[in-house]
Amino acid sequence: MELMVAIGLGVVTACGLYLVLRGRTFPLVLGLSLISYAVNLFILAMGRLVPGASPIIRQEAAGYADPIPQALVLTAIVISFGMTGFLLALAVRMRHQTGSDHVDGVEPKPVGGPAGQS
Amino acid sequence: MNHLLVAPIVLPMFTAALLLVLHRAPAIFARSVSATATLGLLSASIGILAQVESGTQLVYQVGNWPAPFGIVLVADRLSALLLLLTGLLAPAVLLYAAQGWDARVRYFHPLFLFQLMGLNGAFLAGDLFNLFVFFEILLIASYCLALQGLLQERLRATLHYAAINIAASSLFLIAVSLLYGITGTLNMAHLAERVAQVRTEDVALVRAAGLLLLGVFSVKAALFPLYFWLPALYSNAPAPVAALFSMMTKVGVYAIIRITTLIYGAEAGVLMELTSPWLLPIALITLALGALSAFSAGRLATMTAYLTIASVGTILTAVAIGGAAAFSAGLYYLAHSTIVIALLFLVGDLIGRGRGDIHDQIHPGPQIRRAAGLGLAFLFAGATVAGVPPLSGFLGKIMLLHSTEGSLAVVLVWTVILATSLLMLAGCARAGSIVLWNVTDPLPSDPAHAPRAGEWVALAALGAYSLLLVLFAAPITRYTDETAAQLLSPSSYIATVLGDEEREGLVRPHRAGGSR
Repeated sequence: MELMVAIGLGVVTACGLYLVLRGRTFPLVLGLSLISYAVNLFILAMGRLVPGASPIIRQEAAGYADPIPQALVLTAIVISFGMTGFLLALAVRMRHQTGSDHVDGVEPKPVGGPAGQS
Repeated sequence: MNHLLVAPIVLPMFTAALLLVLHRAPAIFARSVSATATLGLLSASIGILAQVESGTQLVYQVGNWPAPFGIVLVADRLSALLLLLTGLLAPAVLLYAAQGWDARVRYFHPLFLFQLMGLNGAFLAGDLFNLFVFFEILLIASYCLALQGLLQERLRATLHYAAINIAASSLFLIAVSLLYGITGTLNMAHLAERVAQVRTEDVALVRAAGLLLLGVFSVKAALFPLYFWLPALYSNAPAPVAALFSMMTKVGVYAIIRITTLIYGAEAGVLMELTSPWLLPIALITLALGALSAFSAGRLATMTAYLTIASVGTILTAVAIGGAAAFSAGLYYLAHSTIVIALLFLVGDLIGRGRGDIHDQIHPGPQIRRAAGLGLAFLFAGATVAGVPPLSGFLGKIMLLHSTEGSLAVVLVWTVILATSLLMLAGCARAGSIVLWNVTDPLPSDPAHAPRAGEWVALAALGAYSLLLVLFAAPITRYTDETAAQLLSPSSYIATVLGDEEREGLVRPHRAGGSR
């Protein structure tokens, strides 16, 4: 299970990084969201992956899952949700004001070759 | 338990919430409430300083949960110094903003107070996760403050700033959870203990987490190669906001000082002084590039923004040299640079307002009114920032140069600091002489652009702080010396936070490797 989670996190982070580096506002927001999902799962994994165990004290429990990463993830989700909402509003506003969805507010000049079309 | 310690967080939080609810109330109401709150913060920070001055640490256990389990707020001499600096800066900036500008901006006062809450919280947080949370609070407030007016340049600068900080926050969370995964704690004092006992196979991971933290805090502090968000943001932000932001980079500096002295400090065994081989070259490059860019800046605000970067470079040079004398010099320079850079932002704004369309561009333009007063203020700020004797910048730099004695990097540090001081002096002289002397006929008088009484008072207050740093240099350096000594022997911090005598039998021996 650890290997699967690790590979999954790696793939999600790589996708997020690719989107962030696109230089367009909407992919930027999506990319940062993907990265924050991966980070949230990473925090959860740092409490060790324990399936089927409860995080609160019970008489009959055989073992426990670490509750602290779960609490941290909750906080991190709320914060990243707020930040994403803010960034989205900012991106929409910038698109309206500049007429471009490039992060610099102006379309880059094509420099020839496929790199200029990004 | 000492409830004074929550005041710097709770007071701005409730005042800001009140002002949000009553945001339709007349401007005078918002101004007086917000002024009362900042003065309250100032007195709270003086109260805290008076209590930690003797060398004890104040610990506040939130919800009365004992340290490694609950959340703690900790104030030692370093936190108290930064709280006081924020407390002194805030009323001056607020006074400047309250001369009419704040009424044209929606929610200025609540955002201002939320920013103060984030700053104070970051200085008081006793564990890494709350440090993260307070970082986010001050960041979201700073995004909104920097956006005021929604000009295109501000939108662009804020988008870049927000994007890089969200990415940095992700890295921060990775580092924090990595440390938690290995040591099983987030409390910084507890981490300091656990990091020292970490198993050999985990050393590489703890090292990675530490360097990730250094990278994240370098973004906040604006160190080379991660400072590119700063010039655009600070030079396009409204002047009072930029003046407040001069404190924001210092949060990154504070966090770097805290982790290098506490978690990776004198008691960290094999992980001791993890960051020091990186910090000195990075800090010196930051200083050199900041001073060079300030010299070639096209606007007064851009010049000040690059001077901010140079000041961060200087402080972290001191941190990288290490040792009590260098830390003390760095802390003195931190206080000096925060104040004088705020002053320079405000003076630049007042000069720019009187010059019509070319604003604060360093380019010949119309003669400003009240040129004598503003020129003197600019001369004072420029001379202080460059380090002309006998002003506060000079004292800070001379202390720093003294502290390199016996260290290997003495030639390098002396060369860079002296050369950059010359560059900064030349840059300020060039900017000042072009803007103030190379002038055409003045524009028709416009009372809307003339400096108001409150703005003069704000400038005078900041100038007075800088002069007081010189006049009371002896007691202040004694305080920074004691702060440095306290930082370099973290054992009393750890013992006070964890309350050693109480926790016998409370904490079971840590089982590395988790719950299986």
